[in-house]
Amino acid sequence: MSKRIDVKDLNVYYTNFLAVEDVSIEIEAKSVTAFIGPSGCGKSTFLRTLNRMHEVIPGGRVEGEVLLDGDNLYESGVDPVTVRSQIGMVFQRPNPFPTMSIKDNVLAGVKLNNKKISRSDADALVEKSLRGANLWNEVKDRLDKPGSGLSGGQQQRLCIARTIAVKPQVILMDEPCSALDPISTLAIEDLINELKNEFTVVIVTHNMQQAARVSDKTAFFNIAGTGKPGKLIEYADTTTIFSNPGVKATEDYVSGRFG
Amino acid sequence: MTTNALRRSGSKGQAGDKIFSGAALGAGILILVTLLAVAVFLLIQALPTFTADPTLVSGGEGFFSYIYPIVIGTVIAAAIALLIATPVGIAVALFISHYAPRRLAAGLGYVIDLLAAIPSVIYGAWGYLVLAPALVPSFQWLAENLGFIPLFEGPASQTGKTILTAGIVLAVMVLPIITSLSREIFLQTPKLHEEAALALGATRWEMITMSVLPFARPGIISAVMLGLGRALGETMAVALVLSTGSLIPSLIKSGNQTIAAEIALNFPEAFGLRLSELIAAGLVLFVITLVVNLIARAIIARHKEFSGAN
Repeated sequence: MSKRIDVKDLNVYYTNFLAVEDVSIEIEAKSVTAFIGPSGCGKSTFLRTLNRMHEVIPGGRVEGEVLLDGDNLYESGVDPVTVRSQIGMVFQRPNPFPTMSIKDNVLAGVKLNNKKISRSDADALVEKSLRGANLWNEVKDRLDKPGSGLSGGQQQRLCIARTIAVKPQVILMDEPCSALDPISTLAIEDLINELKNEFTVVIVTHNMQQAARVSDKTAFFNIAGTGKPGKLIEYADTTTIFSNPGVKATEDYVSGRFG
Repeated sequence: MTTNALRRSGSKGQAGDKIFSGAALGAGILILVTLLAVAVFLLIQALPTFTADPTLVSGGEGFFSYIYPIVIGTVIAAAIALLIATPVGIAVALFISHYAPRRLAAGLGYVIDLLAAIPSVIYGAWGYLVLAPALVPSFQWLAENLGFIPLFEGPASQTGKTILTAGIVLAVMVLPIITSLSREIFLQTPKLHEEAALALGATRWEMITMSVLPFARPGIISAVMLGLGRALGETMAVALVLSTGSLIPSLIKSGNQTIAAEIALNFPEAFGLRLSELIAAGLVLFVITLVVNLIARAIIARHKEFSGAN
């Protein structure tokens, strides 16, 4: 239940502004890949192109190919809705549906497209997903309470439970810990380590220690200056990026000399 | 003697705070006083109606038999208006906020707001001259084909000046209120929640039902209640459009009356007990609007826990 992603010569535009230029990258199945880089370098933008979420922003479009096990996401006739049900996403700030209970939040994606699910199957899936997100023990007694009543870290794990409940091939995470305290961050990082047994995980992070802790491979993005497009500078095993980077800019960044 | 350096001597900022809090408090009290004054005025002026000999009240059977037909007429007209305007208003608002291309959306928004600026007497004249005659064939069709339902019992009005026509005119009048308020609320839906739905593989409609509508629910209820307030109180349009009469179930025959139109049509010539009657009718309308608003508040409050405010 996980697929690889191959990106070929991808340019990302907002209307006529080139935001990310010429990215090619291969992301292995069942691995954790981290995107690092200074603010505004396009790593989040690039992440969103992997499940066509950038199209939600007016004027967002791409040139190039993104292949999910060889199938191009951007071929004409491909519905972004299908793409997103295969490639899930966790956002910077926890965003459970405030009007839904914890249980309904987990089932939100499953109930889409008029899919019917029996009560017992639903209960089993809720438990499995919440266990998968390391949240079950904390919420099992209040599944009918609103998800917005949980702490920030719990909400974020609820969002992860919601994402894995639809059994995606890939999970994209856009700075999932940036709004969380260190303890909650640790819980999410442990979870990411478990998730890669089943899913392909791609994570954008500002925190280099986090990238070093959780990822197998790391991609460093950088930007030449304001108004210039972001570019993929270096992509290699995480240990290589942090101990023996091939590019000067990467070394400067990971050693804290800028950014 | 010790002086505390942290104590502030009356600076300008503090004075500003005091003036503002005084002004806010004053405004709040003014509203309550106005409301109370209206209620007291209505009660005192209406009192003779309740104490008078029932045979002297219009209709000769006391105030209750006088008022209840026009209360029902008012409610019917407002209900028709909301039944039509709520779904249409929400649909138009959703179209503007989430479906229409941006340029079209802005233009459409202006046009809807313009609808609210048309004086009600114009709506009344339009209903009288254009809508009523145009509806006659549909009323006849309804009477022939659905006449077995009491609501559409024939023979249909030949002029089209019925409570259904009045309700439709009211619907057009409350449409801009419901649309523009709903649109504002829909646009305020947090991007975060919309993206959450989309990222799970929701279609645009599913995204709307998952994140936009639940978020906007209290706002929609407020919008509908404001629309209801206008529909209940609207005078001119109903007075012009409706050919009044006694309370009847059929919506397509002449008949029925609303409180506001009853007051407006009879007020200029009323004196003594008749005047008290009309003011008592006004009191009833006041109570109805108040109750409707309280119910709306209760509905909104019941779902507070899930409102997203926490």
